[in-house]
Amino acid sequence: MIAVFRKTLQLLAMMFLGIATARADGLRGTGDLGVVIERAGGSVLIVETTGQTVLGRVTGLGDLSHASVVFSRDERYAYVFGRDGGLSKIDLLTRRLVGRIIQSGNAIGGAISDDGRLVAVSNYTPGGVRIFDAKTLAPVADIAAIYGPAGQRSKVVGLVDAPGGRFVFSLYDGGEIWMVDCRLCIDGGKPVLTRIGRAGKLPYDGLITGDGRFYIAGLFGEDGLAMVDLWQDPPVIRRIMDGYGKGEAKLPVYKMPHLEGWALADGRFFFPAIGRHEVLVADAGNFREIGRIKMHGQPVFAMARPDGRQIWVNFAHPLNDTVQVIDVPSLKIVKTFTPGPAVLHMEFTPRGEQVWISVRDKDRIDIYDTRTLKRVKSLPVRKPSGIFFTARAHRIGL
Amino acid sequence: MNARRITASVLVSLLLYPAVSQAGGAVPDPSRRQQLIYLLRQDCGSCHGMTLKGGLGPALLPEALAGRRAEDLAASILDGVPDTPMPPWRGEISEDEALWLAGQLLKGLKE
Repeated sequence: MIAVFRKTLQLLAMMFLGIATARADGLRGTGDLGVVIERAGGSVLIVETTGQTVLGRVTGLGDLSHASVVFSRDERYAYVFGRDGGLSKIDLLTRRLVGRIIQSGNAIGGAISDDGRLVAVSNYTPGGVRIFDAKTLAPVADIAAIYGPAGQRSKVVGLVDAPGGRFVFSLYDGGEIWMVDCRLCIDGGKPVLTRIGRAGKLPYDGLITGDGRFYIAGLFGEDGLAMVDLWQDPPVIRRIMDGYGKGEAKLPVYKMPHLEGWALADGRFFFPAIGRHEVLVADAGNFREIGRIKMHGQPVFAMARPDGRQIWVNFAHPLNDTVQVIDVPSLKIVKTFTPGPAVLHMEFTPRGEQVWISVRDKDRIDIYDTRTLKRVKSLPVRKPSGIFFTARAHRIGL
Repeated sequence: MNARRITASVLVSLLLYPAVSQAGGAVPDPSRRQQLIYLLRQDCGSCHGMTLKGGLGPALLPEALAGRRAEDLAASILDGVPDTPMPPWRGEISEDEALWLAGQLLKGLKE
């Protein structure tokens, strides 16, 4: 009875919000829309960043305990990658689920090709990458991540899109970086696979720089990062930031850092150290370490405001109630917030005047003004994790 | 699940729950048990999956753990596993609590 009443109220509230944001002619763009993962309930919220409101909820997306989102190039559709291998396609305008498949037993993330025609998913079980037609979600390619003389299957991490209809990814167990060219896949052609080479022990995530040139994998098993220059032909792997731990004992890592959205600002890269409560700073020209910034805990995300002036950092359990802001010119921490237990993700609005922060254990999203560093609004959300705005559609690697 | 049903199932499990875990350690009190299960799902879950069917870390479902001893699982929880990302939880989780958690994993968690 109470549940029914609550449902009705929610419906009424959503209808009201719908009316409040719709234009008289019923048309709207999607450039200020976004998707927020509600990790415990298998649902997502569709939000808009102009008035900072929730437009609606889409349910039935399966296990979203680890989930990520990419957008179609027209910014109308969101592809949600769930932990259970679910790949769901959501229409942001009608706020309906328009396609859904279970493409594996256990997945970690995905990417969309530069031409918007292919969606790729990286899988843990069975380890590999599967590629689908973005329009229909029909399968077009299946790459098994088989490595070593015994032919073992590896979990795949750090999958990104690269220019030229390619995807690059890392083999967690296999310690290798691979690239697949799938330009012809959709018309029945075969994927062309390049095993670029050995990255190092236990690559745990990867990223591609915003210009699509460098792919970088973080290594859990070694002090260093593996980097591929995709402008080289054939591409080769180079070790960078080698020995940044300098043999010191690592601190325990209670949550793996995410490299996606790592920060390039003022000619410098900023990224989470692993097993150290530091953000590392490297010269973006030669990838040499030029500094370290002592932080509150093990960084998980270190994200640059779109203009590069600030880096916002969140942390792993048990210090995950805090967010710190680094001022790029001075490399100093200019603000430490405590939004509440379990700050899981941060997303900047397209030009960075605001940042949305998910505070899982408070069932809340906090929105901050990035200039005044003051909280401007909070939205109630059930166990929020990832926040994804449609502006990602037009950025390489996101 | 609504609040009333949760309360009911908590009460039932309180009544049925033995004071000593299968593995022999003292059983944490109900509110601590709730915290531990939350920690298990949310924070262990970031590697092992919120439903414990695995992620970067291995699955922790009863089928996957069949044949493992609670004491050994508790030791992995407390001290971590060398050469893997599994960190030590000692300091945050006591020995009795680790044994209780290991017992829960072997039995399988209820939703």
